Amino acid sequence: MAGSDPRPFNVLGKPLRRVDALGKVTGDTRFADDFAMPGMLYLKLSRSTVPHARIAAIDVSRALAVDGVRAVLTGKDFPVPFGILPVSQDEHALCLDKVRFVGDPVAAVVATEELIAEEAAALIGVTYEPLTTIASPEEALRVPEPRIHDYGDGGNVHKAVAFDFGDVPAALASAHLVVEDWFFYQGNTHLALEQHAALAYLGTDERLTIVSSTQTPHYVHRAAAKVLGVPASRIRVIAPPQGGGFGGKTDPFNHEIVAAKAAMITGRPVKIALTREEVFYCHRGRHPVLMHMRTGVDRAGHIVGHSIETLLDGGAYGSYGVASTFYTGALETVTYRIDRYRFRGCRTFTNKPPCGPKRGHGTPQPRFGLEVHIDKICEKLGLDPAQWRIDNALAEGSLTANWLKVRTIGLVPCVEAVVAASGWKERFRKLGRGRGLGIAASSYLCGAGLPIYWNEMPHSGVQLLLDRSGSVTAFCGAAEVGQGSDNVLAALVAEVLGIDILDVKVVTGDTALGPVDLGSYSSRVTLMMGNAAVEAAQRARDRLADAAGLGIPLERIAFGGSRVFDASDPEKGISFAEAVQRAEAKGGTVGTIGSYRPPKAPGHYKGAGVGPSPSYSYSAAVIEVAVEESTGIVRVEKVWIAHDIGRAINPVLVRGQVEGSVYMALGEALMEEQAFRRLPPRLSGALVHQTPSMLEYKSLATLDMPAVETILIENPEPNGPFGAKEVGQGPLLPVPPALANAVYDAVRVRVDEVPITPEKVLAALRSSSARFGPSKFPAVSWPEALIVPPPWEGGDGNAINEPKRRERPERRRAEVAKP
Amino acid sequence: MMRLPRFRYLAPRKLSEAAAALADLGTQASVLAGGTDLLPNMKRRQQTPATLVGLREIRALRARSGDPGSGMTLGALTRLSEIEHDSAIAANWPALAQAAASVATPPLRNMGTLGGNLCLDTRCSYYDQGPEWRAAIGYCMKKDGEICWVAPGSPRCWAVTSTDTAPVLCALGAEVTLVSAQGERRIPVEDLFADDGIEHLTKKPGEILSAVHLQKPTPDARSTYVKLRRRGSFDFPVLGIAASARLRADGTVEEARIFLSGTGSRPTNAAEAVAFLAGRKLTDEDVLREAAESIAHVARPLQNTDFSMSWRKQAAREFAARALRNLLP
Ligand SMILES: Cc1cc2nc3c(=O)[nH]c(=O)nc-3n(C[C@H](O)[C@H](O)[C@H](O)COP(=O)(O)OP(=O)(O)OC[C@H]3O[C@@H](n4cnc5c(N)ncnc54)[C@H](O)[C@@H]3O)c2cc1C
Ligand code: SF4
Repeated sequence: MAGSDPRPFNVLGKPLRRVDALGKVTGDTRFADDFAMPGMLYLKLSRSTVPHARIAAIDVSRALAVDGVRAVLTGKDFPVPFGILPVSQDEHALCLDKVRFVGDPVAAVVATEELIAEEAAALIGVTYEPLTTIASPEEALRVPEPRIHDYGDGGNVHKAVAFDFGDVPAALASAHLVVEDWFFYQGNTHLALEQHAALAYLGTDERLTIVSSTQTPHYVHRAAAKVLGVPASRIRVIAPPQGGGFGGKTDPFNHEIVAAKAAMITGRPVKIALTREEVFYCHRGRHPVLMHMRTGVDRAGHIVGHSIETLLDGGAYGSYGVASTFYTGALETVTYRIDRYRFRGCRTFTNKPPCGPKRGHGTPQPRFGLEVHIDKICEKLGLDPAQWRIDNALAEGSLTANWLKVRTIGLVPCVEAVVAASGWKERFRKLGRGRGLGIAASSYLCGAGLPIYWNEMPHSGVQLLLDRSGSVTAFCGAAEVGQGSDNVLAALVAEVLGIDILDVKVVTGDTALGPVDLGSYSSRVTLMMGNAAVEAAQRARDRLADAAGLGIPLERIAFGGSRVFDASDPEKGISFAEAVQRAEAKGGTVGTIGSYRPPKAPGHYKGAGVGPSPSYSYSAAVIEVAVEESTGIVRVEKVWIAHDIGRAINPVLVRGQVEGSVYMALGEALMEEQAFRRLPPRLSGALVHQTPSMLEYKSLATLDMPAVETILIENPEPNGPFGAKEVGQGPLLPVPPALANAVYDAVRVRVDEVPITPEKVLAALRSSSARFGPSKFPAVSWPEALIVPPPWEGGDGNAINEPKRRERPERRRAEVAKP
Repeated sequence: MMRLPRFRYLAPRKLSEAAAALADLGTQASVLAGGTDLLPNMKRRQQTPATLVGLREIRALRARSGDPGSGMTLGALTRLSEIEHDSAIAANWPALAQAAASVATPPLRNMGTLGGNLCLDTRCSYYDQGPEWRAAIGYCMKKDGEICWVAPGSPRCWAVTSTDTAPVLCALGAEVTLVSAQGERRIPVEDLFADDGIEHLTKKPGEILSAVHLQKPTPDARSTYVKLRRRGSFDFPVLGIAASARLRADGTVEEARIFLSGTGSRPTNAAEAVAFLAGRKLTDEDVLREAAESIAHVARPLQNTDFSMSWRKQAAREFAARALRNLLP
């Protein structure tokens, strides 16, 4: 075995059943809504029925009089605001003086039964003074008053950013070809099968415990302490396994905080389980983004200048929106060589449920635009779009125009793999009318380089306890949201210690029982928790090796098969349990820790914090479609997708994530719309979510899935645990643009919008421009752009016009200049 | 989670007991078959009957009699999944099997009944929403309000018939038996429906649909059901086209019946297309196109279902042609 593989693994790369599988398939797994306690009360929120108004009065007397009601809460009970980002603490657990969208919670009823709480909530009388409603970003730009929030970048603009990484206008002026495009990517929601639920109680341990379906127990912990005024040391947040999150459970939510406060007031456990409609109001889904792109290329197609402007419909609150805004520009540069780059991004407030992070956070929209844009450029230059992607791929170890350091890049092998598997060379542009192939590629982060709140502490920590039975317990604050992070933790520890994966017990998602992990967002867990786990496990291994007493040099000690043995004489050794016992006897109880903090990023301009990552994953997809010209109905025949995983810790789980991404992406690409309905203003002031139900919000069902062929590219990443990269989000990205490009190949019309509905395809087929999509971008008063010269134009990672320029020691300059 | 409102539940074992209970309780009661339509509606507070008269214990409503040779009677509680998987139905009334198979999802078809499908409430995207949502836009006249959001000037409700089996049973010329405390009557399925989004059934509140009667098919009979919807997996019909016909060997139409779902408050009879087709050859592409055009003409969409209106008009033509083509051997 050792002879054929220079690095034989015990666990890694094996298609093992995931450690939490039995619980899932037998129903043993307890999700947040499965938690119940004796004497538990039920909480129901009363939500705003108007989109934008001042609250003049709230009458709770009728609700309080209902038999079984134990408490009614209003905004006055929650004077302290919160929010996920320190720069947008703009939410109140219950609205204080204003409501900002239909669904914004105004009051809460706690009762002995859920139905009583619901009936009483309907009796709460709220007097509203209506305010002008803002329904779209265009309207937000046009109507600065009334302001939805009294902070931000003026009027109803939440955030506007501008960057010039080199002089793009000059580059375009001298380019061989300049292509200009407008794209729109509609908003959509996560649609996790598990609806949010929370249970809060004051325990006999004199702690306030909040059990909640959250991807980020650590941030809920912080927000609860802040709003409730309870010391964080007396709050415990438990995140049980979840039925999907996809970014929809990464903010601290009003219902969690209200449940906690209600438990404090009543002294009883308080439970809330949201309805599907309420989940649509929590939202934090994909921002609708309007884009304007201009790109100049030389004769060979190499990009000499690329400009993108984005306009985001943020909805009613900040959420992650500032980060989302930066993300609509940050990752444009990490796939292909771009000499100069110009980015403008603007997020507006509107009276709709807040947008936030959904799988791909802010990047699927510009990625859609860029990949379709490139398809058009290739068409104009007569180049094969697959070959263009190979020829223009960024080189490993590059520093991009916007100062992102990219290490391993699996882009070319990904493109080559889908080209080969799909028969691209023989079939592209040759399938005949009605059938088409399209290609796209993409990249995504393996965790953000910076934490959400500024601190110097680790992003993830893992603690191991080795028991003399040979069992190992791994503690970590990471949240298992269905993605398989518990399995990653167990697998890595088992790998390093050479034991069976089932001998590793994981304890995760509990702020009282494990070191902090920032949460299951940003595709950070495998890399960050994984590195912490490997560090902790290596330290344990060192202790065991030291105490094993095999009488051989340390470097000859091997771990495998639940044994500790002599690598050159495998017969000679002891069992793993015995090694633990010897270590215990020698040095006391065996526990180790590991932690991880990402490397510092080379960019130092204001805004450089969004985009850096220890590593980037790459994906490429080819999609084949059949388009019915009489109706515009698009049928996806097959998807070939390759993903650069660095190293597959468990290939079955990796494929599951890839296929899940394809599934989610096809829903977005073909039909999903977080659409709103505004009724004739003279009849109704309403602005409501058009389809807040799982039936009418159209998304693919299992039976609608086409065949998917998944190819994993393994090219180990030095920054990843055993070389692993992310897979949770990246594979979503190439799918929508590959589909759009395939539709073009089939019927030669461009739908520059997502979703690509039959209506739009048919409209494009009937239009003289053979196109459907936006054709203008509204005027935005951009702030003065930060001018940051690219590395190859003498830059050092700073903006040359930043008011307070940071120090630039020579050492940094030299480090950054390295290839 | 969404809670059902409070209600009383009766479980009679005999049809006569059920009919008596309904006679007693009047509009305060609803019958419950599979519950796949009624219970979600109750959760949304669209219907809040004080009493539910459950039919599941009434064995007579599950009975089936007759055979293809003589015509067949299906009890109202026949589940859609039974119809979908019945080889005699598939062979003799294929449109019915196709329609049943296209309703909802497999688990819902295991619960949903034929009677419930025929009595399915009409649907409207302004109406099939939770109570807070409806409060936010203002209640409409179908429940608690005055206005119609689809046609604000209109005195009537335009909610849409969305059952898949109703147009098929109309096209097949099937009949239903209605039982009440006063007795029973048998009417063509077509006459079960009224052109009103609120009072969409001619059935009186005290009447229970007990059985559906299928006519014996002639040897040259053909039938088909074509359904337009967003997803292939499940969705209510945006347009359902049910067609049955007797064709001569040369493709000449002896007789045809065509009914549509999703285009009005009751199944729409495409009578003009039918009259046009009589005596003409369906094998003639021009004839087929013109008939399809005529069907599309009566498939007038409203703005209260999925898809844009203008697209639905285009698609109607295409789907009508598809349905007609399916009639050819
Ligand atoms: C997600 C989803 C998707 C769906 N998709 C479709 C679809 O694509 N096509 C479609 O046609 N339907 C669809 N339905 C609706 C429903 O599932 C079916 O129409 C089903 O056949 C209803 O039958 P039931 O027995 O469950 O009716 P119930 O819910 O029990 O009853 C429906 C109505 O009929 C009345 N009723 C029932 N039986 C009788 C009787 N014997 N006599 C008198 N009145 C009676 C009830 O009082 C009630 O008003 C869908 C439902 C859901 C939840
Ligand atoms: S058609 Fe009009 S009245 Fe009828 S349900 Fe819809 S909005 Fe209400």
